[in-house]
Amino acid sequence: MADTLQLELVSPERLLLSEPVEMVTVPGTDGYFGVLPKHAPVISTLRPGLIEVYKDGSVTQQYFVAGGFAEVNASGVTVLVDEALPVAEISKSKADERRAAAQEQLDKAATDEDKRKAGLALRIAEEMAAVASRAN
Amino acid sequence: MPSLKDFRVRIASVQSTKKITSAMKMVAASKLRRAQEAAEAARPYAERMEKMLGNLAGSFKGQAGGPKMMAGTGKDDVHLVVVMTANRGLCGGFNSNIIRLARQTIRELKDKGKTVKVLCVGRKGRDNLRRDFKDLIVDSFTEFGRKTIAFVEAEQVAVKITEMFDAGQFDVCTMIYSRFKSALTQTPTKQQIVPFPAPEAGNAAAPYDYEPSDNEILQDLLPRNLAIQLFRSMLENAASFYGAQMTAMDNATRNAGDMIGGLTLKYNRTRQAMITKELIEIISGAEAV
Repeated sequence: MADTLQLELVSPERLLLSEPVEMVTVPGTDGYFGVLPKHAPVISTLRPGLIEVYKDGSVTQQYFVAGGFAEVNASGVTVLVDEALPVAEISKSKADERRAAAQEQLDKAATDEDKRKAGLALRIAEEMAAVASRAN
Repeated sequence: MPSLKDFRVRIASVQSTKKITSAMKMVAASKLRRAQEAAEAARPYAERMEKMLGNLAGSFKGQAGGPKMMAGTGKDDVHLVVVMTANRGLCGGFNSNIIRLARQTIRELKDKGKTVKVLCVGRKGRDNLRRDFKDLIVDSFTEFGRKTIAFVEAEQVAVKITEMFDAGQFDVCTMIYSRFKSALTQTPTKQQIVPFPAPEAGNAAAPYDYEPSDNEILQDLLPRNLAIQLFRSMLENAASFYGAQMTAMDNATRNAGDMIGGLTLKYNRTRQAMITKELIEIISGAEAV
């Protein structure tokens, strides 16, 4: 078996994943990047998107994440996410619901801070819908 | 001397109290389990985040002009104390222990000539501190943790604190909460959260690449860390609360049991005494005839 690296996926509620993997792709703010063993140390913020876990040359797990941070160092990858859902658990209808709620929030937002937050929620929902339609 | 009826009434009332306290104990025990699980599940995230911040802080070491939230404002004149308590009582010394530590902290700071501001999370803390430090309380959150503690709630508090800090309304922020050790012991704890006490850089050997840039990451990470720390302490607090409540209710149930025993004994003695008295009266009446 090829070299592996330790992946830890953590949300505020719980530790989602902690296992050796061959490769993982992460949605960085500046674009998706893949992490292989012996990757140079990086700390990056994440945007809404898909985390894909590769084992034995193919994707074994997919998680949708709403945002967070990723840290790559010699001991492995640590991904801290705000919210993570296995792709199997998201659906187009749920994503659309969220998008509607976010849109409503955006329309109601009065302050800049509210607007920024609602905008972010909308982006998350849109990305989620995109992922859902690709998956199904 | 109380009549037999008085005894019966008292025994019945203690019995119904006992029923309530033992039911509360049961409820607290089951909620404790859930709260404890939640507190433990939140730990990995907080720990990883601390580590990441430690690594980041390591790369900032020796550089002037890191973000304010980490480096501080350079003063410590105005202190913000975040007091976390429960919304409800009937939990032994839980709330009063936290409040005592809060009072002591506030007094000490005042004696040193600092300005103190208080932010209350939880109704009991607000109600108690309002008596002595009414002018110091800047805000209070009392609608939290009705069912379970959600991360959004911690975020609200974090946003409030960040806003105040950005507006220059305080220099140092300390939070006071109860750390959960076991169902029997909870220790009130003080923890400084702003400026973030930079952890010792573990291995500054590996210089990191930053995407997009170290400053932007810190700007995202620090408020996030604040929310996480608050969230974690809220969970610890909830677990402590149920632990304290369980212990307190267990004691109350046992006391009620003892009391029922004592009262029943007295009741029987009085009953016997009355029977004996009546018998004596009958016998002496019969003898007199």
